[in-house]
Amino acid sequence: MTDVVDAGTALGRPIKRKEDARLLHGQTNWTDNIQLPGTVHMAILRSPLAHAKITHLDVSGALAMPNVVAAFGAAELGELNSSVPCVWPVTDDMVAPDFPALAKDTVHHVGDCVAVVLATDAVSAADALEAMSVDYEPLQAVVNMESAISPGSTLVHEDKGTNTCYVYNLGGGYDEKVKEADVVIKRRFINQRLIPAFMEPRSVVAAPMGMSDEITMWTSTQIPHILRLLIALVTGIPENNLRVIAPDVGGGFGGKLQIYREEILVAQLARKLGRPVKWTETRSEDMVATHHGRDQIQDIEIAAKSDGTLVGLKVDLKANMGAYLQIITPGIPLLGMFMYPGIYKMDAYDFQCTGVFTNTTPTDAYRGAGRPESTYAIERIMDELAAELGMEPMELRRKNWIKHEEFPYTTIAGLTYDTGNYELATARALELFDYEGLRAEQKSRRDSGDRVQLGIGISTFTEMCGLAPSRTLGALKYVAGGWEHCTVRVLPTGKVEVITGTSPHGQGHETAWSQIASSILGVPVEDIEVVHSDTGRAPYGMDTYGSRSLAVGGQAIKEASERLVEKARVIAAHQIECSPEDLEYVDGVFQVKGDPEKSQPLGAVAFEAFTAHNLPDGVEPTLSAEATIDPQDFSYPHGTHLAAMEVDTETGKVTVRKYVCVDDVGVQVNPMIVEGQVHGGVAQGIAQALYEGANYDEDGQPQNANLSTYLIPSAPDLPSFITDTTCTPSTTNPLGTKGVGEAGAIASTPAIINGIVDAIRHLGVNDVLMPATPMTVWKTIQAAQGGK
Amino acid sequence: MIPVAFDYKKASSVEDALAALAEGGEDAKLMGGGQSLVPVLRLRLNAPSVVVDCSSIPELKGIKDEGGKIVIGAGTTHHAVMNDPAVKSSLKVLADATASVADPQIRHRGTLGGALAHSDPRADQPPVALALDAEFTIAGATGQRCVAAADFFQGPFETAVGPDEILVSIAFPKLDGWGGHYEKFNRAAQAWSIIGVAAAVRMEGGKIAEARIGLTNVGGTPHRASAVEQALVGASSIAEVEAASMYASDNLSPFADEDADVDYRLHLARVLTARSVAKAAGIS
Ligand SMILES: Cc1cc2nc3c(=O)[nH]c(=O)nc-3n(C[C@H](O)[C@H](O)[C@H](O)COP(=O)(O)OP(=O)(O)OC[C@H]3O[C@@H](n4cnc5c(N)ncnc54)[C@H](O)[C@@H]3O)c2cc1C
Repeated sequence: MTDVVDAGTALGRPIKRKEDARLLHGQTNWTDNIQLPGTVHMAILRSPLAHAKITHLDVSGALAMPNVVAAFGAAELGELNSSVPCVWPVTDDMVAPDFPALAKDTVHHVGDCVAVVLATDAVSAADALEAMSVDYEPLQAVVNMESAISPGSTLVHEDKGTNTCYVYNLGGGYDEKVKEADVVIKRRFINQRLIPAFMEPRSVVAAPMGMSDEITMWTSTQIPHILRLLIALVTGIPENNLRVIAPDVGGGFGGKLQIYREEILVAQLARKLGRPVKWTETRSEDMVATHHGRDQIQDIEIAAKSDGTLVGLKVDLKANMGAYLQIITPGIPLLGMFMYPGIYKMDAYDFQCTGVFTNTTPTDAYRGAGRPESTYAIERIMDELAAELGMEPMELRRKNWIKHEEFPYTTIAGLTYDTGNYELATARALELFDYEGLRAEQKSRRDSGDRVQLGIGISTFTEMCGLAPSRTLGALKYVAGGWEHCTVRVLPTGKVEVITGTSPHGQGHETAWSQIASSILGVPVEDIEVVHSDTGRAPYGMDTYGSRSLAVGGQAIKEASERLVEKARVIAAHQIECSPEDLEYVDGVFQVKGDPEKSQPLGAVAFEAFTAHNLPDGVEPTLSAEATIDPQDFSYPHGTHLAAMEVDTETGKVTVRKYVCVDDVGVQVNPMIVEGQVHGGVAQGIAQALYEGANYDEDGQPQNANLSTYLIPSAPDLPSFITDTTCTPSTTNPLGTKGVGEAGAIASTPAIINGIVDAIRHLGVNDVLMPATPMTVWKTIQAAQGGK
Repeated sequence: MIPVAFDYKKASSVEDALAALAEGGEDAKLMGGGQSLVPVLRLRLNAPSVVVDCSSIPELKGIKDEGGKIVIGAGTTHHAVMNDPAVKSSLKVLADATASVADPQIRHRGTLGGALAHSDPRADQPPVALALDAEFTIAGATGQRCVAAADFFQGPFETAVGPDEILVSIAFPKLDGWGGHYEKFNRAAQAWSIIGVAAAVRMEGGKIAEARIGLTNVGGTPHRASAVEQALVGASSIAEVEAASMYASDNLSPFADEDADVDYRLHLARVLTARSVAKAAGIS
C-alpha cells in the first residue's frame, strides 16, 4: 500500500473488519432466518414461456391442498396487484409498459409471475403450485434486439405499438470533425447479458405489528430507505406506518438495488391476510427473476490523426431493457454515456442509445452499471486503433490521455474530472508487471510458433461514482437525490452510535464508518456502533449503490462527528470553567492548552449533556449531531490494469497468467477493505470476459439459468492479483475519497480481452466475443486462419 | 428447490436395502452420497416415494487388494478412493480422475458406486472403469451377478443395475508399473468435463507396449478408443502419439452443447487424447 494519507488515529489503517466474525460464522440475521409466529410462506407460479396469452388460470386447486391458506392470480388480487415503479424516465416520450406484480393476461418473459399461493410451511406452498391450473396460448417471442426494432416485428407489449423504449442522443459534432481524421475504424462489441448471482438469494418477510398499524418488512435489499418510499407509494401503505429493515445482506452487486414485484406482493399480502408473509427465492428463480445486467450491442467508431491524436468518437448503442422497466433500467446505459471517452482528450463525441424491449428478464444495475460497458468499448477500440496505426497500445494511450497537470479537466462528454494522475499509476503498474520482459517473451513465443501464445492486455480506466449532487441527478431526470445523512450520538456511558443512511451488503461499512468517526472523536473503533439499514432507527438515507457510500455517506459522518466535537467543546469548557477556544481535543479528552491537567473526557461531557444539570445557556441537552451532505460533484477513481494472457491455440483455452492493477481511489479509510473490493471487482470483471453470459434461444428460453451451466469462476481459476494504489485526493469531498466498489469490475474486462486479442493478433484475429470460452477462442482462430 | 415429500429409510445391510427396494417398488430410489440424487430431487426432476439410504452399509465400504485386482466397495467415497495407497500406485488414472471430481466437500460425500451407477455422460470415473475393463458386482433378489464394464454403461443415466438391484463393488485389474493420466478439459476448476480422457500406458524399452483409453462426454456413454489403443503400440515420440490419437474421433457421434459443438468436440477428442497419452507415457 502506498501514499495513504493518514488523517487521524484510525483513518487509513488496514484494520480487520469487525462485522466479519458474525458474517463468517453465520451467526447472523439473514432475512430467511427470521421466524415469526403465524408466518405463511409464499410460492410463485412462474411462466415457463417467454411470450404467451394466459387463456385460463384457476388457482382453486391449490386451495384444496394441505396447509394452504390462500391463493391469488391477478384477478383474485384485484386492487392489491400494484405495479413495479420505474423512477428514471430518461426522455419525455419514453415508453413504459405496465409492470403489475402478477401478470394480467399476457406473460412477457420466462419467470414472469402468474400466481401465488400461501401455506403455513414452504414445502406445502411449493407442492400447491402444482395444483394450479393454467393454460397459455404461445405468442412469438422477441429475443434479438435488432429484429425487435425492425419494422413488422412482433411486439413485446402490443398496447405500446413499438419495441423501442426510447432513443437518447448526445453530441452532434462528430460527422464534421471526422473529416480531419486520417484513420477511422469501426467496431461492433457485444456486452453480453450477465446475472448478478449474489450469494444470498432474495428473501422478504412482511408482518403487521400487533395492535398498531405498522407493517415491518425485512428484506434482502441494498436500498431499505428508497424501498420504503416506493413500496408506500405503490401499495398505498402510509409511509409512516411502514418500517423497512435490511438485515445482514449477502451481496447485491446492484441486483438488490431494486423494488421487486415479490416485495410488493409480500407487503400487500401481509396486510390483506393480517399475518406475517415470507418468501425466499430458490436459485432457479433467482436466475430468471432477479434483474440481469449489461446486454448491449455497441457500434463504435473512432477517428484519429496518423500520429495517433484522437479526433472523435461515435457510439451507437442498443440496450436491452428486457420485458419490463425495473426502477432504473432505462438509465443504466446512460450512466455509461458519459464514460465512453474514458481518460482521453478528443474534439467530438456523438452518442445515441436505443432502449429495446424483448421477451427476456428485465435488466438493470449490475456492478458498474453502464460504465463497464463503455470502458470496455473505449479500451478495446484503443487497442484496435493502435494496431491499425502500428503503435504500441500504451503509447497511443499516453499520447491522448489527460496529463496530470491538466486537471481539473472537462471532457468532451461534459464531465469535469477533478483530479487524477494516469502517468503515475501507469508507471507503477508497468514496473510491477515487468512489461518489457513479458513483451520479450511474447516475441520469442511468436517467433518459435509456440502452441501457447502470450498477450498483454491494457486497461487505463476511469469511472464516475458517488452520484451527486442532487441537482445534477435532477437534470438527468433521476427521481432521487444524491445526498446522504448521518447522526452521531455519544450515549451517557460514552459509547458512540453512528447512524448512517447508507446500507452495506458486504462492503464493511461498520468498520470503515467507525474508523472515520474514531479519527475525529478519538473514541476507539470498538466503542462505536454503526447503525444502518433500518428505517425505524436510521434517519432518511439514500442507501448503497454506485460506489457512493464513502464518497457521499462518509462525508456526512465526518461532518456530523466534527459538529459533535464542537458541541461537546462548549459543554466541556463550561465544566472546566474556561473558554472553548482554550481547549484542545486530544484522543477523546478536552484539555486546556498548556495545562493538560484540567481536562474532561468525552464520556463525562456526554453524561453531563444527558443529565443536563449544568449546561451552559443555550445548549440543548444530549450529545448528538447530524449532517446531511450533498457533494459538489461525482468522484473519478482511475487506474491502470495489466493482464498477461496465455492462449492455448490448439484448444482455445485461455489462462490469466499475471494480473497487475494500480488503482487510484483517493484517500483510503481502510486499505485492506479497498484491496478486498479491488480483488472482488477484478474477479467479477474477469468473469464477464471469460466465464459468464446468460443466453436465450430463439423462443426466449434461458439456456443456462442455473449455476452448473452459468459458470462463475472461483479462486482456483484466478491468479494472485498484484495490487497497488496511488493517491490523488478527490477535491469534490472533504475526506478526499473516491469510490472503489465498482472499479475492479469496470477495469478488468477489457484488460483480459485485449490480452487475448494481443496474443493471437498475428494469427489474423482482431476481436473475440465474450465470454471468451475455449470454443469461442478456438473458432475465432480457425475463422481467422481461413478454416470454417 | 424444495423436493416433493418422500419417506426415508436408512439401510443397515445390502439385504436390508434390497428388501426396502422390493417393498418400495417402482418409486423407491437408492441413495449413496446423495451428490447427484439430491439435486435431482430438489429440482423435482424425480419424486421417489421412498429414498433408501445405503451410505451406512458396512459391506459397501472399503478398498481391498485381492492380488491381481483391487476391489472397491460401491459406497466408498471419492475422498477415500483418491487417497488410498493401493489405488494411487496400481490405478493412478483412477486416483487422478477421482481427484478431478467437483470439490473436496462433494468428494467427501459422493461415492464411486454412486457415480458409476448414476452414469452421467459427463462424469469422470466411468471412462476409467471402461478403459480398465472393470467388473461390476450387482446384488439382487436372486443373488449376485457380475457385469463387465463394456456391458455396464447402457445410455445416459442408464446402467445394467436394475431398479430393484444394488451395485455392491467394482473390481479393477491392477496396472502395476503402468503410467496413468486423466486429462480433464473444463472451463472452470470445479466445472464438469467438456471432455475427459483417461489413459493408462505400459512402456517397454521407451516404446508404448499397451494402452487403455477411455473418453467421457463424447456421447451418451463413456467411449473406449480402441483404434487409438492399437495404433499407439510401438509409439515412442510425441509425433507418433499425436498421429495415433487422430483415431480418437473415429466412431464418435457427440452431441452439441453450449461448451462445444460437434466439430470442436471431435477436435478436442484428438488433441486431448494425445496429451493424456503423452503424459501417461512420459513422452514430451
Ligand atoms: C456441484 C457438483 C459438481 C460435480 N462435479 C462433478 C465432476 O466434475 N465430475 C464428476 O464425475 N462428478 C461430479 N459430480 C457428481 C459427484 O461425483 C457425485 O458424487 C456422483 O455422481 C454420485 O455419487 P453419490 O454417491 O453422491 O450418488 P447419489 O447421488 O447418492 O446417487 C446417484 C445415483 O446413483 C444411484 N446409486 C447410488 N448408489 C448406488 C448403489 N450402490 N447401487 C445402485 N445405485 C446406486 C442412486 O439411486 C442415484 O440414481 C458433481 C456433483 C455436484 C453436486
